[in-house]
Amino acid sequence: MQWLNRNLRRELKGYALTFTCALVAIALTASIIFFLGWKGLSVFSHDISLTNLLSAEWWPDRPKEFGGPQVGILTFVCGSVLTSVLAALVSTPFGITVAVFMSEISPKLGQRVLQPVIELLAGIPSVVYGYIGLSVLVPFIRENMGGTGFSLLAGVLVLSIMILPTIASVSTDALRALPGSLKEAAFALGATRWQAVRMVLLPTARAGILMGIVLGLARAFGEALAVQMVIGNKREIPHSILDPLITLTSGITMDMGNTVQGSLWNDTLWFMALILLVISFLFILLIRMFGRKGIVR
Amino acid sequence: MNAQVKDRMATAGFYLGSGLVVLLLFSLLGYIILHGYKAIDFAFLFGEPEALRAGGGIGPNIFNSFYLLFLSMALTAPLGILGGIYLVEYARQNFFTNLIRLSIETLTSLPSIVVGLFGLLIFVTIFGFGYSLIAGALALTVINLPLMVRVTEENLRTVPRELREASLSLGATRWHTVCRVVLPCALPGLVTGVIITAGRVFGEAAALLFTAGMTTPHLNFGQLDLLHPTSPWNPFRPGETLAVHIWKINSEALIPDIRRVADGSAAVLVLVVLAFNLLARWMARRLSRRLAGR
Repeated sequence: MQWLNRNLRRELKGYALTFTCALVAIALTASIIFFLGWKGLSVFSHDISLTNLLSAEWWPDRPKEFGGPQVGILTFVCGSVLTSVLAALVSTPFGITVAVFMSEISPKLGQRVLQPVIELLAGIPSVVYGYIGLSVLVPFIRENMGGTGFSLLAGVLVLSIMILPTIASVSTDALRALPGSLKEAAFALGATRWQAVRMVLLPTARAGILMGIVLGLARAFGEALAVQMVIGNKREIPHSILDPLITLTSGITMDMGNTVQGSLWNDTLWFMALILLVISFLFILLIRMFGRKGIVR
Repeated sequence: MNAQVKDRMATAGFYLGSGLVVLLLFSLLGYIILHGYKAIDFAFLFGEPEALRAGGGIGPNIFNSFYLLFLSMALTAPLGILGGIYLVEYARQNFFTNLIRLSIETLTSLPSIVVGLFGLLIFVTIFGFGYSLIAGALALTVINLPLMVRVTEENLRTVPRELREASLSLGATRWHTVCRVVLPCALPGLVTGVIITAGRVFGEAAALLFTAGMTTPHLNFGQLDLLHPTSPWNPFRPGETLAVHIWKINSEALIPDIRRVADGSAAVLVLVVLAFNLLARWMARRLSRRLAGR
């Protein structure tokens, strides 16, 4: 290196340093995929049939004589899908309302009031949401609607508040990215503001809004503790919104610390983690698809 | 009903919906702070938690949260800023750069419980750190690295190209330009980014359950040997953070005053996160004013 001049050596060092740090991101992603894949697939070393694994029967500690062990994860998958999809359904109208308000109705109030409100909602830690759900929502449901209060409904409400900031801010960006000429053209044709929003702006920004909803859905699907605190964690597929249920994340949270490494039960939990990973990849694919179409169509 | 009336009604609806969201935030904050106010006193903030009796505090948990924040930011900030510099200043449009971007996108959307499990597998078990602050700090780094890279990228891109061109035309190398021109210009945004990232660390719990652990040894602040098991500064000891503490007392504690401890902890947690938010805004305004020479 001596033959290079001092500046060039520094330049190379700088390049090498930043390049290595960028490499860390790739190395981390690759090792997460590799190690979780390896650990998750080790469930198949237990001589377990695929139908057993994909069933809704969960008796991981029942001895063979009594028809065990059953390690069906269907209940968990159903719980996760139900809570996150319903939460996205509840949250989307509010998210779009906030987005339209911030971009079209009153950008000034939006900037001064709603923007910080959304940022603060996003900043409240998930355990705090879970705790408020546990101390306010659960007793409220128990006293006014019946059941124990630990229910699908409580989980959905907590999650829908948690993903509101995501949906609102991504949709706002999508609406703000629309060219002003669209709105002007609609007004020139005599449309009212509501007609312009409903018939021109929202349909044009739909890829961006869908992206916000998918991001919210992904966040709801992966949320662990806030959900675990309010849904009751009963390993059954719920029949009404007042029934308790369990999700992939809460199942992992409940049992990962109490099961023996390498046992069938423990390996099934790692398999659930692998499923979470795979589903978050699917969400990335979906988001990339919307991204390629562009926020504006 | 004509279009004008519908328009008015829709506008009213938008005001109503947005008002509800604002009301929701204020009732959440009001609830947390009012209940917390009754629980927080000096003994609570600095006392040790109790396992069975009432009257426990959250002193060690607050310390753990801040120390873990420091440890993980000491890793995240340099890694993320340097990685961001690579993407903005050096990276060409090629397969490799796309791979970096895809990795960052993947890391961003990983559920934090999955990162926690990865930490359990790698840092706790394979590296042999056990449940420890360092394992927790590494897991938090995995969560925050993509955010830090993005914040850096966004801020570096706001630096005008003319500044870089002027520096390069004076004979400076690229690295020299980065250190002397680009980074100082982007500093306000970077500082804000670091503080916002730090705020997220403070509230994280799912990734820490199985990495930093759910227990804290008795801490002896007189212990000067850094690697002693009771030394508060030992990164290889387990440490239950405030956020994890809220979860644990609600799901498995035996103490009789769960409500009081949880109310107080939630209030402290939210107030610290709020403080980080305000600090970030204030720093950004101050630094940008100074850079503008006013």
